[in-house]
Parts: sequence; structure tokens; C-alpha cells
Amino acid sequence: MQPQMVMYDEEFQQISAVCERLAREANAKIVFLVDKNGQLIASVGATQDLDTTSLASLTAGNIAATGGLAKLIGEKEFSILFHEGERDNLHISVIGGRVILVVIFDTRSSLGLVRLRVKKASDELNKIFDGLLKKVQVPGAGSPFAEITDDDIDNLFSE
Amino acid sequence: MSFINYSSREINCKIVYYGPGLCGKTTNLQYIYANTNQNAKGKMISLATETERTLFFDFLPLSLGEIRGFKTRFHLYTVPGQVFYDASRKLILKGVDGVVFVADSQVERTEANVESVENLRTNLAEQGYDLDKIPYVIQYNKRDLPNAAPFDELRGLLNPRGVPDFEAIAPKGDGVYDTLKAIARLILTELKKGT
Repeated sequence: MQPQMVMYDEEFQQISAVCERLAREANAKIVFLVDKNGQLIASVGATQDLDTTSLASLTAGNIAATGGLAKLIGEKEFSILFHEGERDNLHISVIGGRVILVVIFDTRSSLGLVRLRVKKASDELNKIFDGLLKKVQVPGAGSPFAEITDDDIDNLFSE
Repeated sequence: MSFINYSSREINCKIVYYGPGLCGKTTNLQYIYANTNQNAKGKMISLATETERTLFFDFLPLSLGEIRGFKTRFHLYTVPGQVFYDASRKLILKGVDGVVFVADSQVERTEANVESVENLRTNLAEQGYDLDKIPYVIQYNKRDLPNAAPFDELRGLLNPRGVPDFEAIAPKGDGVYDTLKAIARLILTELKKGT
């Protein structure tokens, strides 16, 4: 079973900064990060007209499906996926076996440039997630929900 | 596994609707989608065949409101029910926080229900989950059909653990929200324990 995924403000800022730099250096339109269960972690770029929640869920489904294919042919996973469109392209990579980095780019960039920049960003992101995981595993880093009462839960459904 | 984001003050949980083919998993999500406030729901995605049978999954993101300053978001997924889509079902169970089992009440689907629960147990175990321990509710759907098996018989067969269970007629919405609320409640209670 995977460990509980938690995100703190400090790490979120670091992650967003890495994604922003990646978007700039790779000339990408959008960069976003999703956990393997389909939850969106961060997104930067021209995301205002984009359904990022759906994108996150479908990306995770895509990685899960290709991961299943990989196992069938005796591979551990396919760590990079590339989808080429008429205008926009999708570069999807798995970082440290746990999170998914997605880069959307058009003709202003190239697959080679994206791959190069993604590699650099992946190392940095991997370090941040390592630290985050250690932080979560520290005993006493309790859930903020330990304090909630049955009334709090009831109130959610009261309307 | 739920995802707690202190930065955006959000908690995200994953609910999976499981059950035999044509039991009404997608219908549950469609009813919820059609009857939920615009600002509380995202887009519903259905990866289905041309005959509207679920091929990979349906997905519906919902916001339920705030608890202690945290927005609670639930991601609802269905699995493809047909037996031969087992590989896909396993993938969708990854990171699940709670499961709704939708049973088809029709007498002739009894065996399919039992097989599907067993399949759920096996697939959860592969991911390291125990069906007897995770948040789990059961919905007996299609109660309006003339060939529906008696409620007590279904309950005796499918709910030995005595988890919350509900009778439903999914296209009309009967029991749909009760089921959703029950699983959401169990998941939040589990979070409270701080697992």
C-alpha cells in the first residue's frame, strides 16, 4: 500500500517553482504534476481554459494502463509516454515511481528540448518528494482530521 | 489513499463503485452528476464503448464542503463490470479510500454478485487492502424490478460483515445519495483515526 500523500506549503512552493522553470526553459504551454492516483498536485502555465481535474485523472489512468501493459511484456513500467497531436503534444513521465509529470507543448518547442529539461526537473522534483515523504513518516505528524467530531461530518451533509 | 494538501487546504479522497456488469454503477454516477449543484461538481468523464458499456472507468469529481477549513473533495470512479476487464479493475482500485459495492437485485444475477464481491476482495488484497477493514458500503440496486430477490436474502448473502447497506433504484435516484453519504462518512471517520 502506498503511504499517505501529504503536501505542505513549503514543498508546494518549491514544486511550483521547479514546474515554472521547466515550463519556461522548455518553452512549454502547460506543466502539471499528478500523483499516481489521479490527484492534481500542481499546475503552471495557460491552465485557465483547461479542465485540470479531468486531465489529472485521465493521465493517471493512462499511466496505470501503460504500466499494466509493461508488466504483461515483462517490463517494470514505461517511464516516458509521448502523444503527438496536430497542434499540441503531450510528454508524460513518471518521477521516482510515484508522481507523474506532464508537459504540454506546441511547435515553439521540440521533443528533444522537452526531454532534456524534463530530465533535469525530474531530479529536483525527486529530491523534494523524498524530503516530503520523510516528513510525513515522522511520528507525531498527525492528521489535521484527528480532531474532527461526528458533528463536523454531519454538518457536511446537513444542507 | 487520501491526499491532504495543506497548501491549498484541500483533502482529496477516492471512492470506487464496484459490482457486476450492468448493475448500475455508471447510472449512480450519472444521477449524482445530474442532480448536484454546478459549483460542487466537475466534468464527468466516461470511457465507454459505442454501446455505452464502461470500457475503462467513469470519473466524477465532487466537492462536499469544508471541514475545519479544509475543502473536502471526493473523486468518484466506476470500474468496468464485465468479467474480462479484470486488468482494468485492478488499476482503478489503486489508492482507493472507500468502496461502494453495487449489487444487481435480480435473482438471476445472484451468482454474478457473489463472484464480483470475491473478485473485489482478491483485487483489493493485491493492492494490500483488506475488504474487511476498508470503508465499505453496499447498495442493492434495481429494487423496483419484479424479479428482484428478497432484501433479507441479498443482505444475508452479500453483507455478512454488517456494513451500511441501502436499497436503491438508481435511475430514479432512490438510495443513490444515501449510499454516497454513507461511504463519505466512513472515509472521513477513517481519516479521523489518522491512518
